[in-house]
Amino acid sequence: MAKVKGSIVVNIERCKGCGVCVPSCPQSVIALHEDVNAKGYHYAYMANPEECTGCANCAMVCPDAVITVYRMKVNE
Amino acid sequence: MAEKITTNDIVKEENLVFRKTPLFIDKPLSYCPGCGHGVAHRLVLETIEEMGIQSETIGVAPVGCSVLAYEFMDIDMQQAAHGRAPALATAIKRLHPEKFVFTYQGDGDLAAIGTAETIHACNRGENITIIFINNGIYGMTGGQMAPTTLPGMKSSTSPYGRDIKTMGNPLKITELVAQLPGTYYVTRQAVHTPGAVRKAKKAIRMAFENQKLNKGVSFVEIVSNCNSGWKMEPVQANEWMVENMFPFFPLGDIKVPAEQK
Ligand SMILES: Cc1ncc(C[n+]2csc(CCOP(=O)(O)OP(=O)(O)O)c2C)c(N)n1
Ligand code: SF4
Repeated sequence: MAKVKGSIVVNIERCKGCGVCVPSCPQSVIALHEDVNAKGYHYAYMANPEECTGCANCAMVCPDAVITVYRMKVNE
Repeated sequence: MAEKITTNDIVKEENLVFRKTPLFIDKPLSYCPGCGHGVAHRLVLETIEEMGIQSETIGVAPVGCSVLAYEFMDIDMQQAAHGRAPALATAIKRLHPEKFVFTYQGDGDLAAIGTAETIHACNRGENITIIFINNGIYGMTGGQMAPTTLPGMKSSTSPYGRDIKTMGNPLKITELVAQLPGTYYVTRQAVHTPGAVRKAKKAIRMAFENQKLNKGVSFVEIVSNCNSGWKMEPVQANEWMVENMFPFFPLGDIKVPAEQK
């Protein structure tokens, strides 16, 4: 069966940790990291990378456009 | 089953579905974490990129938090005196009618000090696009009450909430300009959810495309959060906006040209 797998890449140093991406993700992939970036923000990261479908919802709402989204079809 | 797919397998150029538009100048945005200005900037820039009009667009930045918009947008821009963006845009468009000209303004800029410029540019029917970010207060200067502040809403100059008896009624300037013969397309959008962002993008696209028709002002309000001014966490500010701002400033088209319905 063909399935889509996705992944995001967060520009950690540009992320301001606002967290608006977190509730926007229908798969609950994203969380704010317990570590902080150089500016002291808890940056977004994929806490559940397996679940990402590459829908780009997070990237739609990110005010700083720090999220890049990838998606591929995989045959299982 | 095939071998386990790792992030490295997925993160490849051929699988790219979304990236930051290169029309952003590569520097950190000056906005507070979670502020809707960043998304609104992006939608304007993506529209310009998709229409292929980067070198044919001239933007006008306001006074307010987005005063530095020209630092972030890789297009020709000017910055107007407080509230005067539609007047400046009028001049630019009349001198360069072949260019796509837009203003980007906050509610303090557009609906308070700039009310006259807004109304007259809209009434004259200048062939420009106005992007209006309504966050209900003066963000940059510390969250003072604006004409758009809701009844009962707290701001730094209405700490007990806006009392309409003494402070007057909030102004729905978008509904007001929709009454004027010079506006061609008037809509109210938001950028707090993926669905809202996609709709707002379509509205902004239409507002830019309309300049090809030379039929007057296209006016896009974006109801946005100012979480710093509202003294809330960004996610909480968006929830507050849905509960409180949207009933007063309902989303949707207010004036749509008959031929585009
Ligand atoms: C002539 C003039 N009057 C007052 C100010 C002070 N001032 C700077 S920004 C601002 C309000 C901006 O609020 P808004 O347009 O709502 O934009 P926001 O910062 O919320 O995005 C004011 C009153 C100024 N810069 N120039
Ligand atoms: S003060 Fe308000 S409008 Fe200005 S950048 Fe911060 S959140 Fe945005």
